[in-house]
Amino acid sequence: MSGGNADTAAAAIEFSKVVKRFLRQDRREESYLAVDRLSFTVAPGEMVAVLGRTGCGKSTMFNLLAGLIEPTAGTVRVLGHDPFREFDWFRGKIAVVFQNDRLMPWRTTLENVELGMELLGKNSEERRENALGWLDRLGLTGHAYDYPHALSGGMRQRVSLARAFAVNPEILLCDEPFSALDELTGKRLREEYTQLVRENGKTSIFVTHSIDEALQLGERILVFHRPAQIALEARVAGGEREAIRQRVLTAMNLREAEAAAALEVKEGKA
Amino acid sequence: MNPWYKLRRETVISLGGLALVWQIASYFFPPYLFPPVPAIAHKFFAILIDPESLANAGATAARIFAGLTVAFLLGAVLAFVMGRSERSYRYVYPLLNFIQGIPALSWVVIAIIWFKGTEPRILFIMAATTLPAFSFQILDAYRSMSKDLFEMTLSFRPSKRDLFRTLILPTIVPGMLTAWKVNLGNAARVVVVAELVGATGGIGYQLLMQQQLFDMAGALAWTLVLVVFVLVVQQVITRIEGWLLAYRPSVERSA
Repeated sequence: MSGGNADTAAAAIEFSKVVKRFLRQDRREESYLAVDRLSFTVAPGEMVAVLGRTGCGKSTMFNLLAGLIEPTAGTVRVLGHDPFREFDWFRGKIAVVFQNDRLMPWRTTLENVELGMELLGKNSEERRENALGWLDRLGLTGHAYDYPHALSGGMRQRVSLARAFAVNPEILLCDEPFSALDELTGKRLREEYTQLVRENGKTSIFVTHSIDEALQLGERILVFHRPAQIALEARVAGGEREAIRQRVLTAMNLREAEAAAALEVKEGKA
Repeated sequence: MNPWYKLRRETVISLGGLALVWQIASYFFPPYLFPPVPAIAHKFFAILIDPESLANAGATAARIFAGLTVAFLLGAVLAFVMGRSERSYRYVYPLLNFIQGIPALSWVVIAIIWFKGTEPRILFIMAATTLPAFSFQILDAYRSMSKDLFEMTLSFRPSKRDLFRTLILPTIVPGMLTAWKVNLGNAARVVVVAELVGATGGIGYQLLMQQQLFDMAGALAWTLVLVVFVLVVQQVITRIEGWLLAYRPSVERSA
């Protein structure tokens, strides 16, 4: 199934029949299919949530999108360019918020937020002013000179958000950044994230395994099933949330049941 | 209680105990076997106030630093080559392992045959004996680099130079400092052996002189100079480490 809601010609992100196989490290002759003919597009300024169970290939799709790995077949286009082959072209255009905060322990909060801008070659004055502004906006005033070990989990994840937003990227990629936080902190950060993305007109891909999070952070939800194919595509904006939740749940359970049945047939149990 | 003060007091007690045992032994043995502690102390302070003796100590210090610097630079290059390429690692690692197994005395013999001047010989011996340890320690630090931080930094598309400056260098600095501390002690032991052969100055040469004069107090005084030098430099490295690694929570910082 192909998610085709966004206009392909003007798409910010386009996956076209993308396949990704990984060689098993212990047995080189065999490979593991992580993504199977995945196709979807995302329009500029759109917020898309990618939902799926653990191990369904969401992170592989994410790494393909970030240009950290190369597809085995098919094409990935972000802003009309190949994120793996034209890696450097994306400097300052894509920012990533990871599952864990990934702050450099030897840098203060302020220096961590400045990292992306520093790598873009911005001067120190501009970096500092911008970073302090983002820290202020994310409720971290007074923590600019703290080291990461002195911050709570929620504060650290806020710093990683500030680091991503500070480079003013066109596209934001988030890989379950709030999954390890307590419910209240996660809720507050999700609200802050949605507000920031909308205010700044960013294109956002938010990977999650939580239906509630997907409903809150996606204008459109792509439900993945193993190996990273789209089982369901649902538009959240204007839709009935409870009805969408039921459709998503059904799609996820159905696909899981199909996968289990297929496995049983393969193993000769059926 | 201040832990620094506690450590200092315990250090003073244990070293004072050794001096006391030595002094008692000096009452029962001739001075060429167990010279009295005041005689050793007298010789030690005489070295510290005599410009010519200090020049000898300085020559040894310069040889240690020169040897360690060459070994550090070569070792770092080899560590990066091994760290970046598994194929290179498979070739270089056995060579370094082999070199590490060669005794310092063998390097002395090889250096005498290969090189003409005293200084090149000592530099070669120092570098050859400490190179593998530098390489292995820097390689370990490089390999301990967080994959998460590597991916995060890479997501900003840094140049190679920026990647090295912002991620790799801060990651390997603790390993480098540990390597310097460990190798300083090794170098101090090796330099004395190297100076015994052909040098006309330095602590090793002075030890040889004391042996020929059968002056145990002098030999111990020169040994003390070397030990004090190593301890002082190690303290300086520890201070630098404390400054560079101040970001770590106090429980992680070495005592």
